[in-house]
Amino acid sequence: MYIEWIWGLAGGLLIGLGAAVYLLGNGRIMGASGILGGLVDGSDRTLERLSFIAGVIATPLVLSPLLSSAPMTHLTDNFAVIVIAGLLVGAGTRIANGCTSGHGVCGISRFSVRGIIATLIYIGAGGATIALMRHIWGLI
Amino acid sequence: MRVLVSMLAGSLFGAGLLISGMTDTTKVQGWLDVFGNWDPTLAFVMGGAILPMLIAWRMTAHRRPLTGGQFPKMSPPELDRRLIIGSVMFGMGWGLSGLCPGPAIASITYGGLGGLVFLAAMITGMFAAPGLGAQLDRSANAA
Repeated sequence: MYIEWIWGLAGGLLIGLGAAVYLLGNGRIMGASGILGGLVDGSDRTLERLSFIAGVIATPLVLSPLLSSAPMTHLTDNFAVIVIAGLLVGAGTRIANGCTSGHGVCGISRFSVRGIIATLIYIGAGGATIALMRHIWGLI
Repeated sequence: MRVLVSMLAGSLFGAGLLISGMTDTTKVQGWLDVFGNWDPTLAFVMGGAILPMLIAWRMTAHRRPLTGGQFPKMSPPELDRRLIIGSVMFGMGWGLSGLCPGPAIASITYGGLGGLVFLAAMITGMFAAPGLGAQLDRSANAA
């Protein structure tokens, strides 16, 4: 258990380091939904967005052989849940203009009121959804 | 140069998501599940990620980004319908699946068919977002 927290902290530091490189290097907020969403909207800086995403996708391939066990997502096999969740995450993060990385990591560290409020709201909504769907209705 | 910075940042982000366990939906849902077998890992990840960024934001004072331009200005602390309703929608999807946008992208090579379907649905949601957001603004003006 404790070892997982240490990996969590170490991984978190790398995530924050990535966000710091992106901010100090390119002057941009490292938000996963914004970077991908900008491609969907056809915004500018296409090559930067694509190279960021290429880095995100390629690293697990390089690191996987070094891990003691193959990475797993444990995503549900209920495809109705997957599709509904994906639609909500995609639409919600773009409407709110940020997700866990943009509003969470980059917003909280800047003491941004909008980032902190958004984070409290999506954590609350996520916790309520789990409580309802798992413990009351037993659906997930 | 900007492309290289982006690739380096993306690689650090992807590596961090993998080794922190944040591409594992069990851990994310375990953190949100306060009435179940609560898993505190996500709090350590968030705390760990905020630390370098606290320093980075301090370093932005009296400086310019390495590749030129300006640092992003802080949005005024206004709470609107888009922020609130969008975050509620995101949180519901996050709780249902245990995936947010970063891990959904990072796990594309090992998330199986389910992961690809999630990603496709997420991108579809992103296509729909401008229209839905405009509708929210209209209902706000009508109220």
